[in-house]
Amino acid sequence: MKIENRIVGDVHLLDCSGKITLGEGTMAIRNTVREVLKNGGKKIVLNLADVNYIDSSGIGELVSSFTTVTNQNGQLKLLSLTKKIHELLAITKLLTVFQTYDDEAAALNSFK
Amino acid sequence: MTIKSDRIEIRIGSALEYLDLVQTLTDCITDFMGFDDDTAHWIGMSVRESVTNAIQHGNKLDPNKRVDIRFEVAPDHLEITVKDEGKGFQIDLLPNPLDPENLLKPSGRGIFYIRSFMDEVEFIPHSQGGMEVHMVKKVPSNSAVKETEI
Repeated sequence: MKIENRIVGDVHLLDCSGKITLGEGTMAIRNTVREVLKNGGKKIVLNLADVNYIDSSGIGELVSSFTTVTNQNGQLKLLSLTKKIHELLAITKLLTVFQTYDDEAAALNSFK
Repeated sequence: MTIKSDRIEIRIGSALEYLDLVQTLTDCITDFMGFDDDTAHWIGMSVRESVTNAIQHGNKLDPNKRVDIRFEVAPDHLEITVKDEGKGFQIDLLPNPLDPENLLKPSGRGIFYIRSFMDEVEFIPHSQGGMEVHMVKKVPSNSAVKETEI
């Protein structure tokens, strides 16, 4: 699991790649999002295009990060869901919780 | 020799490091049986969720407790059983992750996913202790267990 933090204006685009599963994957998301918040970042986009596997703990970590960011008056949005992540979010009604985008420009513009 | 049905069993310790090993074995079996990629993915995820629950919630990561995983390959279906040595739980008491008050909870979706992706799922508590998860996935009629020369 790798996460690269690209900063575009005041938006933190976190490019995630690999597996978001219980343990290393979920901790990487958690630590990176908390680090962004600690440094004052309030606008976060998780780019999931290159996430090749996610389990229920990974989905849970997306929810947990969303809650943490929202509670600190920030916004966390999702970019480029894979077909499988989309299905996992859909059947657990989480598409009603997250704002999701198919392209980066639309995700960035959504904060304006 | 033509393999038409078989049983594959493994026993692992209560460590999350074994999850990738179980996942790899599951992927090999579903490939062997001719499941399409999407179905194979969801079977693999269901097994991973079951084994994660067995290790984490059933055996509570106790290194002295084991998890038994059994795959029964049949021409028209795959049966998978995951058994832990924990105290078991009452399946009916688990909160529904779709209830509005549970939507933002970070956990509690694993069993829901297993039930969504497998054709049959049963939770069997054992009187001597331990919980058994029994799952079945039917082979679509246009695919079949590969005939393998060995």
